[in-house]
Amino acid sequence: MSNILPAGTAAPSFTLRVTPDQNLSLSDLAGRPVIVAFYPADWSPVCGDQMALYNEVLPEFHKHEAELLGISVDGAWCHQAFAKDRRLHFPLLADFEPKGEVAKQYQAYRHGEGVAERALFVIDRAGVIFWSYCSPIAVNPGADGILDALERLPKQGTSQETSQETSHEHAESSSHAA
Amino acid sequence: MSTLRVPVTPHDHIRGPANAPVTLVEYGDYECPACGAAYPIVNLVQQHFGPRMRLVFRHFPLSQVHPHAESAAESAEFAGAHGLFWEMHDGIYENQDRLGLPLLFTLAAALGLSAPDLHAALASGTYAPKVRKDFLGGARSGVNGTPTFFINGMRHDGSYAFDDLVAAIELHLYAAAGP
Repeated sequence: MSNILPAGTAAPSFTLRVTPDQNLSLSDLAGRPVIVAFYPADWSPVCGDQMALYNEVLPEFHKHEAELLGISVDGAWCHQAFAKDRRLHFPLLADFEPKGEVAKQYQAYRHGEGVAERALFVIDRAGVIFWSYCSPIAVNPGADGILDALERLPKQGTSQETSQETSHEHAESSSHAA
Repeated sequence: MSTLRVPVTPHDHIRGPANAPVTLVEYGDYECPACGAAYPIVNLVQQHFGPRMRLVFRHFPLSQVHPHAESAAESAEFAGAHGLFWEMHDGIYENQDRLGLPLLFTLAAALGLSAPDLHAALASGTYAPKVRKDFLGGARSGVNGTPTFFINGMRHDGSYAFDDLVAAIELHLYAAAGP
């Protein structure tokens, strides 16, 4: 398992295909918490369950104003077919060319297999990784870690400025103060 | 190790004695084939342990991939409001291969429940909040697919094969019995 980027690291920016003719950038979501879920491949059973689970939990993520992005090395057409088949209501990004470049930046790439790790990142409103977790590749990590992290995030308006002024190590204490 | 965040209360659907030393909580989806496969096994496990185990069933419908799962869960809650949750639950799993609205209405009729009342409950989502509450409690507890079992509050990460479930429950029984 890789040593994925830890909490406190600035989230590397990226722009990836979200449909065969559209791109999406992390910066498009600036000001909102972002959940990035790297996963090995469309169609493989565990990821299917994982993405199906997040699809059902999605309204809960939105209550925290968070956006969810799924990322794998599959191409945009593959993502489109997978999302349609599973009725996914969140974007799947294609880390396809150069292959795995974004996963590599997040240190969540499996060089042997050429796929992304099953790695989760919660990025705060300021674009800093607030929480990250790398699951064993065959284990669906569930949604509990993400929901716990979103709950601990400083709320918008109350501590937005503090979270930018203070270092990330203080982010948690400011969330308790909020 | 994931633990159950929502304790079992009398509001749960419970089969078995309140003072049973082992509580098996299942998060399930009525349309999930794996839950259908686990259903007779769970029944055998309950027979095996008799009064030493109680079963709790909570809803975890993956409704985007299982289009009938939500209406089935709400129908079971509707029956539950009339004291017939387990009868409906059994009827659904025993006929899972033909799950759909016609089956739910047939089962309700067989239990003497009013078809117009069931229709109204489904149309207005009377029991949707209860089902969602179960689902979210499961998501917070680390339920990552269905069926997911918790034995005395600890997630069971082994399989739902009879031998695996029995062995895991026995460990908790010995722990409950103390030294």
